[in-house]
Amino acid sequence: MNISIDHLARLARLSLSDDEKKLFENQINSILSYVDKLNELDTSNVEPTSHVISLSNVVRDDLPGTSLGREEALMNAPDRTDKFYRVPKIIE
Amino acid sequence: MKYEAVIGLEVHAQMLTDTKIFCGCSTKFGSEPNTQTCQICIGMPGVLPVLNKKALEFAIRTGLAMNCRISAYSRFARKNYFYPDLPKGYQISQYENPICEHGYIEIVVDEEIKKIGITRIHMEEDAGKNIQEGAGNYSFVDLNRTGVPLMEIVSEPDIRSPKEAAEYMKKLRTILRYLGVCDGNMEQGSLRCDANVSIRPIGQKEYGTRAEVKNINSFKFVEKALEYEIKRQIRVIEEGGKIIQETRLWDSNKGITESMRSKEEAHDYRYFPDPDLVPITVEQKWIDEIRASLPELPDVKRGRFVSEFGLPEYDADLLTSEKAVAEWFEETVRSGGQPKAVSNWMMGDLMRLLNEENKTIEECPLKPSQLADMLKLIDKGTISGKIAKTVFDEMYKTGKDAEAIVKEKGLIQVSDEGAIEKAIDDVIAKSPKEVERFKAGDEKLLGFFVGQVMKAMKGKANPRMLNEILKKKLT
Repeated sequence: MNISIDHLARLARLSLSDDEKKLFENQINSILSYVDKLNELDTSNVEPTSHVISLSNVVRDDLPGTSLGREEALMNAPDRTDKFYRVPKIIE
Repeated sequence: MKYEAVIGLEVHAQMLTDTKIFCGCSTKFGSEPNTQTCQICIGMPGVLPVLNKKALEFAIRTGLAMNCRISAYSRFARKNYFYPDLPKGYQISQYENPICEHGYIEIVVDEEIKKIGITRIHMEEDAGKNIQEGAGNYSFVDLNRTGVPLMEIVSEPDIRSPKEAAEYMKKLRTILRYLGVCDGNMEQGSLRCDANVSIRPIGQKEYGTRAEVKNINSFKFVEKALEYEIKRQIRVIEEGGKIIQETRLWDSNKGITESMRSKEEAHDYRYFPDPDLVPITVEQKWIDEIRASLPELPDVKRGRFVSEFGLPEYDADLLTSEKAVAEWFEETVRSGGQPKAVSNWMMGDLMRLLNEENKTIEECPLKPSQLADMLKLIDKGTISGKIAKTVFDEMYKTGKDAEAIVKEKGLIQVSDEGAIEKAIDDVIAKSPKEVERFKAGDEKLLGFFVGQVMKAMKGKANPRMLNEILKKKLT
């Protein structure tokens, strides 16, 4: 299985240099071929697993909890104003 | 060549819960930016989202009201994409196994009932809000809305015209409001609509290539945006071009849809089951309980208003478009108002006064019993229908009862034959020319005489008696 590093980088909003592309492409493809070994198993009669623990219907009541204060919420933001996170302009 | 449109709508409805879908943060609209977030909704590592039971109940409630099958097994999935309003890098949504499937609602277009299929209803979390205003070369992000519970209601491509689409949206909104699961406010974004639109020559079975129109954020624009998009597609095809499958943005200022190239690349969401949220298996018992708690829905209520109260379809339709309006009507009838008269007063004077002040029926200063009492005064002949208009306005303004207003202002109808006769005689004596013309056959002048007498009697003459005596005197 081969993956397009350009496509992946675009989805992840990463800009990579040509050297980096080559490096990551090799690494990712070697991981994928390692995992590809699982395809040797015949799973045609096995239901796809979505959860490994047999638990269902965990819900909470619609009751307010505590929110973070604004300061705490914005604390780790790489860029901010008084009230907002600040990010590069989103152009549509 | 003649074309027909094929339209499917994806509607996002914000659920009226107090807290977010996977955490206890408040969903209140209009709070200070970034004050309603926590580790869970802003995507800190190591946190555990837990489903809000009320959101699940609301989704099931909606599914039942829209004739859906409630899934015995349902689960959440991660929809992966990077955008500044999505702090986790994925949106928790449903992909395979949505909570509701295979339903329908009915709309009325050109007096015919049409079924519009509901493909699915699924639960998901909302994203945050990007703010451009005042941000210069940046964008600001407010994450208060992140994690607010949404239902996405997806229709089958059963809609054939912009008008049908508008009717579908109206019906959807009415049902959601009846159920109390969404306030239906498009301007505040609690109801949002995306449309998949294609055209095909009439008679062709296969669908054409579709475009997705986003950002239709007002009822006014549902029809306008679709009309524009259909015309655009016909023009492209007639000029020998091809429709490209793409996302287009409705620009309400320019009145056009525009291609959103930036979104194209992102349609690779790599959905996978969310390992943090366990599957949902809804017990039949709970579904039955929710079904039993459903209110009488608009279609049923409309039918009953026609059969039980003998109202015309038009009246029944208007009165049942809002649950609170329908309740106000029924309460007035219970208090002794004659149904058609109640309907006339509500759709006429009451709605006019409420609209003038931008008020909803819940904020109406009048009680249903007050309108019923006023109608009784008309029935008894105490006041005329004309005087009742004055009484009604006064009642609305002051909150006083009709009887008190009638007494206070001396508005009791005059049914004294002698008094009416005298007023008529005075008018006839003062208008010899009009009398002559009337006798010569100009019957329109009857209205003139009625008006003059009414004016002289300050509108208080019993109109039936006035008419009878007047005709006798003039012939």
